[in-house]
Amino acid sequence: MTLLTILFDGVAYGMLLFVLACGLAVTLGLMNFVNLAHGAFAMAGGYVCAILVNRIGWPFFAALPMAFIASALIGAVLERTLYRHLYHRSHLDQVLFSIGLVFMAVTGVDYVMGSSQMFINLPSYLQGQIDLFGLHVGRYRLMIVVICGLLTIALQLILSKTRFGSRLRAAVDDPRAASGLGINVPQVFAFTFAFGCGLAGMGGALGAEILGLDPHFPLKFMIYFLIVVTVGGSSSITGPFFASLLLGIGDVAGKYYVPTLGAFVIYTLMIVILLWRPNGLFGRSAAR
Amino acid sequence: MKADSTTHPEVATVAMESARWRSPEVAFWLLAAGCILLFPNRYLILTEIAWLALFALSLDLILGYAGIVSLGHAAFFGFGGYCAGLLALHGIIKEPVLALLVAGLAAMLLGFVTSFLVMRGSDLTRLMVTLGIALLLRELANKFSGLTGGSDGLQGIEMQPILGLFSFDIFGKVGFIYCLVVLFILFLLARRIVNSPFGLSVRAIRNNPLRASAIGIPVNRRLIAIYTLAAFYAGVAGALSTQTTALASLDGFAFERSADLMLVVIIGGTGYLYGGLIGAVIFKLLQELFSTITPQYWQFWIGAVLVVIVLIGRERLHRWVMFVPRLIASKFSRGGAA
Repeated sequence: MTLLTILFDGVAYGMLLFVLACGLAVTLGLMNFVNLAHGAFAMAGGYVCAILVNRIGWPFFAALPMAFIASALIGAVLERTLYRHLYHRSHLDQVLFSIGLVFMAVTGVDYVMGSSQMFINLPSYLQGQIDLFGLHVGRYRLMIVVICGLLTIALQLILSKTRFGSRLRAAVDDPRAASGLGINVPQVFAFTFAFGCGLAGMGGALGAEILGLDPHFPLKFMIYFLIVVTVGGSSSITGPFFASLLLGIGDVAGKYYVPTLGAFVIYTLMIVILLWRPNGLFGRSAAR
Repeated sequence: MKADSTTHPEVATVAMESARWRSPEVAFWLLAAGCILLFPNRYLILTEIAWLALFALSLDLILGYAGIVSLGHAAFFGFGGYCAGLLALHGIIKEPVLALLVAGLAAMLLGFVTSFLVMRGSDLTRLMVTLGIALLLRELANKFSGLTGGSDGLQGIEMQPILGLFSFDIFGKVGFIYCLVVLFILFLLARRIVNSPFGLSVRAIRNNPLRASAIGIPVNRRLIAIYTLAAFYAGVAGALSTQTTALASLDGFAFERSADLMLVVIIGGTGYLYGGLIGAVIFKLLQELFSTITPQYWQFWIGAVLVVIVLIGRERLHRWVMFVPRLIASKFSRGGAA
């Protein structure tokens, strides 16, 4: 394994983390809602994809959008019924609520799907490696880089160029003034939340191969999502993106060069960065 | 706790007033002691309730009294547990009470060191940092398997008789009495502390840190002190669990442990010492109930309880629950006056 391969795997891993976590970047970073259950939506997407591909026999690329839609729907329903009551509550209440949801999701999925790890049957053209300018890269990882890269660009464009993006930014910066301007703030939030959940679901489907998919997924990766957002800061989408890349490359390199330390590197990295910049690397200087 | 030289006389009166023992409190402890005779076959779960109550007391000290949110309180629990286990396994200290004290002090040291990390930033940063510390310790315990036994944990821990007099029996009776006595002593200490001027100043910080610092309370120093103290309590709770169950495992550091503990404190109500104790009783009973109904999936219902509690609102729920004891108490006091 060369340095370049590690770098490539790290970038793929990081981009995957970004797609998984960017929904949380919006809810936690922008809407200031601590949603520890974000991983549960990712898991939902992963399982939907796995069921569609393995049991019903859908092609992988048809199941991916379904993973997005299913998770977004679950997210929309939960946002309208439960989450919106908690926007103005303390962080502690939000944490407790979402921990409760995580416990329910973990055991619920365990009950329905069993506790063993789930694999998605990948089409043959996504398996193996190809030779790219003398560098051996896994086809699947290459696909992840392409899809996640496109998603990132699309997200950035939506946020900065579209009418919806400016509405969202206005609603986040000052909900009262935004609603005074005729923006339907709850609707914007609900839509954003659902979209973030959908992205997480798609990330879960894409990541099942690399991260593994079992009922404990939301707990196992909770800390990774949180690191992405807290380290990345909340001012823009670029912060979490660079944090994801940093985390992805750091994790892959750490596991390769110092396997004995394992996830230790990541946790230490987070604590040190939070000590150095309590609002995140790219955060605004004052916490809200 | 030594009273500050600057303590206003009125503050001292308030402190003394809330320090007075009331009849329900006496009844609570008599009932707790009565459990030794009342439930002779349930010592194991009673023991678990006792150390869980101590652990919850610890979280209540920082969450309920100081307003510090923590997602990683299990760090101290696990640390204390491993300390007690290692001391016994390597034959350094096999006497339970002494080991308890050493484990508690070790956790306290950890609390002191990490308190500087926790004091920085907003609530959110605190949540992340505390969670990070607990996960970090879990990872360490997992990786240094030569010392800690890795994912198997420490097993076969044998303790000497308590104070050289009472040896642990297979029914767990001695273990329960031991835990209950430790809980009671540490509860008395906590009660003393929260009703002292120090405790009042911590409560003032919780209510309004800015105003507290404006009237001359050294905010950070007080928070560090209470955090360190809470770490001691959690460490002792962990050591008790290790000593009575004869094992220490990675579960001690797990996120679920911190989360469950949050639930315990929330069920019982924050900011008054009995909250943690009552919460521990209710939590264990709920857990027993759910795990008899669905042995593998009891956590689902625990999660559901959490969601419902938050949706109803902790304050409202607490008002409903406290209505009954208040009614009884008011009946009693009126009867006494007549």
